[in-house]
Amino acid sequence: MAAEAQKVPAGKPPILRIKDLKVSFDTPDGEVHAVTGLDFELAHGETLAIVGESGSGKSQTAMAIMGLLAENGTASGAAIFDDQDLMQLSQDELNEVRGKEISMIFQDPMTALNPYLTIEKQMIEVIMHHQGLGREEARAHAVEMLRAVRIADPEERIHDYPHQYSGGMRQRVLIAMGLLCEPQLLIADEPTTALDVTVQAQIIHLIAELRQKSSMSIIIITHDLAVVADIADHIIVMYAGQMVERGTARDIFYRPQHPYTQGLLRSVPRLDRVGGTALQAIPGNPPNPVSVPAGCRFRDRCEFAQDACKEDPPLRETDDGRASRCVLEMDREVSR
Amino acid sequence: MIQEGIVRHGIGRLVSLIPTLLMLITIAFFLIRVAPGGPFDSEKPLPPEIRANLDAKYHLDEPLVQQYFRYLGQILVLDFGPSYQYKDWTVNELIARGFPVSLTIGGLAMVLAFVFGTSIGIAAALRQNSAVDYGAMGFAMLGISIPNFVIAPALILLFAVYAGWLPAGGWDWSVQRMILPVVTLALPVIAYIARLTRGSMIEVLHSNYIRTARAKGLPMSQIIRRHALKPALLPVISYMGPATAGLITGSVIIERIYSIPGLGSYFVTGALNRDYTLVMGVVIFYGVVIILLNFIVDLLYAWLNPRIRYDEAS
Repeated sequence: MAAEAQKVPAGKPPILRIKDLKVSFDTPDGEVHAVTGLDFELAHGETLAIVGESGSGKSQTAMAIMGLLAENGTASGAAIFDDQDLMQLSQDELNEVRGKEISMIFQDPMTALNPYLTIEKQMIEVIMHHQGLGREEARAHAVEMLRAVRIADPEERIHDYPHQYSGGMRQRVLIAMGLLCEPQLLIADEPTTALDVTVQAQIIHLIAELRQKSSMSIIIITHDLAVVADIADHIIVMYAGQMVERGTARDIFYRPQHPYTQGLLRSVPRLDRVGGTALQAIPGNPPNPVSVPAGCRFRDRCEFAQDACKEDPPLRETDDGRASRCVLEMDREVSR
Repeated sequence: MIQEGIVRHGIGRLVSLIPTLLMLITIAFFLIRVAPGGPFDSEKPLPPEIRANLDAKYHLDEPLVQQYFRYLGQILVLDFGPSYQYKDWTVNELIARGFPVSLTIGGLAMVLAFVFGTSIGIAAALRQNSAVDYGAMGFAMLGISIPNFVIAPALILLFAVYAGWLPAGGWDWSVQRMILPVVTLALPVIAYIARLTRGSMIEVLHSNYIRTARAKGLPMSQIIRRHALKPALLPVISYMGPATAGLITGSVIIERIYSIPGLGSYFVTGALNRDYTLVMGVVIFYGVVIILLNFIVDLLYAWLNPRIRYDEAS
């Protein structure tokens, strides 16, 4: 599962360093705190999954990195990519990075492509803009990329409009579009959520396959742990705007520390369990992001909640890079 | 393949226009007859013999249904008949005289309205909730709410009476005499198009595919031009069909105030005088213009929107 985690060349600095990232939105109901201090690092060639439920701040983390927050959103902290802090860049400087060094794939392939333009126009504009290629060269490159994501008959299909493609094919097109300039980092925000389960698997396999061929780093954002089981090196679990657990995929799946992660795992449907135990849901709802209470944000839903949870819990870290934001000791006996 | 789709779309639409037109003619024909009074009623009644002669000449003595079918037959050969009031003029001649004037003023006003309306709307949308936005939308609100019979005298007062730069009215096909009526006609349309453009541009800018375009690292100017302009202008295009029809067939008020010999005044005088043929002629003409312009808008829409285009083609 996480065999490639160590293939990263030693000593090379991380490709992306997120430091104390905070994202908030000014809304009529008050200031919504979507992300409240997030730190993580991403190594060259690493695939990181950020997992959490709706409103956990995982997508807004990606939007903040890309400078694509909604107008009422503000971000603070640092996102160091290639020695420059993306947060400090102007729109023009950011445009030199977006689509070229960092690409993003969005949640809903049905609406993420412009319905008024052919696939060709939408693809070649990226190449022509970032690499200064001519129309013919750009088209040839786009056709190759469509072939790489397994669009049949790309020479013809490139002239079609998005509505002539199925949902899975549109997501392939978006992936192809994201890879046109061979970015160093690909951010996929819920790339499979809007798709059928069988198509989901195809898309995930496609991403895994493309990763094999390049040294690209990947951040996959999802609410579905099962989606990233096979392709993530590391997983960050987010809850109510915070990272609650971090570890290799193997650790998260086999030695989850935080009660929330454990709950998430119990709520993943599995076919390999004999006996047909009922699927368990985590009771309750996440706290209101307008007024997050002090202390552990999960305590109202946690079976292990205790008095100590009224204080902000420490982020306990181990030498091998695991972390859990919980008062419970790491590596205690876990019953699953 | 694209062209074929549009042509088929167009022919289908054209055929479906015939019943619309027939209904328009029928309703207009009987409606004006239902109105009390007739073309030859006056305060002092005509002698019965003369009245009978007149009625016979214009076939008004025939049963109504027979008159209706006679009229339909005339329309088929595009003959609107003689005017009852404007002696020695046929309705065709009256329309041929008035329409070019109304078309010129209305057409210029529409061009002006489209250029300024969309520019102001886009500028406001790009600087949403800024001084530019509030200024533009405040102006638009004024433009929509102040009636043109107030604007026209105000403009005349300012530019003709006080400043003396422009003539106050009249018509000789010169540019100076066109400026004030064209501007008066265009102002409310500019205002409406600006609001329409602003709203739809803001909506388009919030759509997912614009976010995709931004994630590609394209400069904003290119995103607006290539990705946002077309979808943002679609609602404006559909508004422009009926709006253009209204403008080029002449505004009664504008033509009265600026003393312009356009088509608009025939609407009113024809109806007041129970000039059956003139009213019918102008109504049908107006109907045809509206139908044609909506038809053109339909084609434009299909051409601009690939989803409609291909649905029809497949």
